Amino acid sequence: MDRHSVEDANVATGDAEVTHGTAAMKLVLDHVAQRVGAETHLYPIELSPVPGALTVLLGATRSGKTSLMRIMAGLDAPTSGRVLVDNVDVTGRPVRERNVAMVYQQFINYPSLTVRDNIASPLRRQRAAGANVGDIDARVNAIATRLRIEPFLGRLPAELSGGQQQRVALARAMAKRAPLMLLDEPLVNLDYKLREELREELTQLFATGESTIVYATTDPTEALLLGGYTAVLDRGELLQYGPTPEVFHTPHSLRVARAFSDPPMNLLAAKWTPAGVMLGDGVCWPVPHSLTHLASGACTIGVRAGALRLTRREGDEMLQGTVSLADIAGSDTFVHVESAVGTVVAQLPGVHLFALGAPITLFVDPMKLYVFGADEKLLHAPSSHAARASIMQSH
Amino acid sequence: MPHVHPSCSLTDVARIDLDLAHSYAANPQRDTDYALRPMKMSFEDGGAYALLGPSGCGKTTMLNIISGLLAPSQGTVRFNGVEVTLRSPQDRNIAQVFQFPVVYDTMTVAENLAFPLRNRGVASARIAARVGQIAELLDLNPQLDRRAAGLSADAKQRISLGRGLVREDVSAVLFDEPLTVIDPQLKWQLRRKLKQIHAELKLTLIYVTHDQVEALTFADQIVVMMQGRAVQTGSASELYERPAHPFVGYFIGSPGMNFLPARAEAMSDAWTIAEQRVTVDEAMRSASGSEQQFTLGVRPEYVAIAQPHAAGAICAQVTQVQDIGTYLLLSARVGEGEHSAIVRARLHAESTTPAIGEQVWLSVVNAQSCVYVDDRLTERVEAAAR
Repeated sequence: MDRHSVEDANVATGDAEVTHGTAAMKLVLDHVAQRVGAETHLYPIELSPVPGALTVLLGATRSGKTSLMRIMAGLDAPTSGRVLVDNVDVTGRPVRERNVAMVYQQFINYPSLTVRDNIASPLRRQRAAGANVGDIDARVNAIATRLRIEPFLGRLPAELSGGQQQRVALARAMAKRAPLMLLDEPLVNLDYKLREELREELTQLFATGESTIVYATTDPTEALLLGGYTAVLDRGELLQYGPTPEVFHTPHSLRVARAFSDPPMNLLAAKWTPAGVMLGDGVCWPVPHSLTHLASGACTIGVRAGALRLTRREGDEMLQGTVSLADIAGSDTFVHVESAVGTVVAQLPGVHLFALGAPITLFVDPMKLYVFGADEKLLHAPSSHAARASIMQSH
Repeated sequence: MPHVHPSCSLTDVARIDLDLAHSYAANPQRDTDYALRPMKMSFEDGGAYALLGPSGCGKTTMLNIISGLLAPSQGTVRFNGVEVTLRSPQDRNIAQVFQFPVVYDTMTVAENLAFPLRNRGVASARIAARVGQIAELLDLNPQLDRRAAGLSADAKQRISLGRGLVREDVSAVLFDEPLTVIDPQLKWQLRRKLKQIHAELKLTLIYVTHDQVEALTFADQIVVMMQGRAVQTGSASELYERPAHPFVGYFIGSPGMNFLPARAEAMSDAWTIAEQRVTVDEAMRSASGSEQQFTLGVRPEYVAIAQPHAAGAICAQVTQVQDIGTYLLLSARVGEGEHSAIVRARLHAESTTPAIGEQVWLSVVNAQSCVYVDDRLTERVEAAAR
């Protein structure tokens, strides 16, 4: 039932986009599964990436991201299930007969071709079919300018840095103007500053809505920075799909919460009673009034690292411990703390220096707690900004 | 009879002084001919240092010069005042840990750890005690009697770290991106180990990395390098709060510091920032001094939404609002055409933000903003500014 409404919505989106003249692909994976020998790589998956938008496939290594992408591309056929492209069943149709562009982790370019010829290579067929050479040149120049590799058009890939080589691979994929573009951890082999810059440029390039974009990453923060929609994969299963901030703020299960948090969400075994939340080692926090409706019993309390603070506010609960390490990441410090309820990580903005073993007191607003039931399903998530419209009257 | 090593003239821990330059070209003419431009640099006894910078910045060249793998094309390297410029790594009494594990697969973990000591004829009882201590620090105790061959990449790299740290008489231990092969989930535990080890063993440690987390977490003093130069040496807080060079502001932090072109006018209570007239209080104005043109730097964490026309605020147009989970990242364009710049503000997750395309006033001049003249941070009256 749910699936149908999603599909209907997509059809509507697709129609609307056709009238606007875009060619983004409407891709539907219908109960797609894959087994190799006795091993299951993908359990039956239903997924319709929103056409013209960016969908992030988020999951650890071997969660099924690459297997799923190879099926989307037509590089592999699923063991069962169907792949539909613009409502046509293309299951088992090879990649050559599909209009797909791919970018991989490794910087793959033709080593003997100049940057210009590398970018133009997907357009050769069009040139053979009589397309204007000047048009092709103009297109190559425009893409090279957008990806800031115009000065290197005459060089060979080996003469460029890693970041520039990956820009060439991205430019070649974009030159193709394929209705579906698949990117498999394209930035993972770059230094973090290059990654940051290129990611930002990519989100701008993807925003045109000309292609359906599927982008695989293992990094939850990267998923948040990319925005769009996120599909959380874990050990071959699709756990949740929706707008990226919504999936982050409302993980339907403990598995999603674990997969979509960096640093990991602090998960504390607890007992929910009318009197309060009993955490290990005698710590008891009173239950906020708005949550008294939840049934008593064993549960898991989730606390985002960013919800833990050094300063107390009205109504806060307190957690004491000792610092096992302060990981300084530039804009944030991640403090690993040994506490009465186990090891927790606090994300503090800015640089904070702590000696190993230093005492620390953390505070948390009880309204910021997640509650997961004994069956690991979400019982309660804090209300998030994502739920509210971000509108302020202009001055 | 212990083998007498030539490097014994260098006492256990050493202060290292560099006064040198290095060029891979025969006749360096321009700055860009140098892998390391002429520089002076000192590493104190027992300090934890990181050399941080992007690929090609010269950090590995500097490490190789310290270790003796490379002789500088000009200048000297001194350990405790003794010139060692042309001495080999063995003669310098340096231990090194590389990106990839260097272990003897056929030996047990204990034998691997003992190897550098046995090689130098250290007494068996002393070896056993030291190997036990290092194994304890690196959580290798349960595996001491196992062959190295069957172990994970992570365990092998811990053995490599242990071999680098096992000698007490080394001048320094040099690490070249040692966490490359470590599983991302395990990295923080090894960062913790390295910090513990430094606190306990008091060795001089020099750590090369392009990763800000490793450098800032591990080191007491971080040397930020770009294009063959060391642009700032300081603690994590100093690099974050007072970047001495715009490159440091850009490289430390994600996203990095915002930069805006600015100029001061004589006899005025305002600066012109990105072609907008912005009222600035006197304490900040003193930072720019009599300089006409300068660059204003402010970290996204220190940019806030302000009232229209507020002092220290500029008007910008919102281009993007991203929900990064624990906070919102607002991007806004200041100015138009080729003179325009993007300013980022990191806002509280509960902030109310304007919609894309709307105008927003952003406070960019405050006690945390930095003034750069000719790419150098200007000194200013801290008390007045805060």
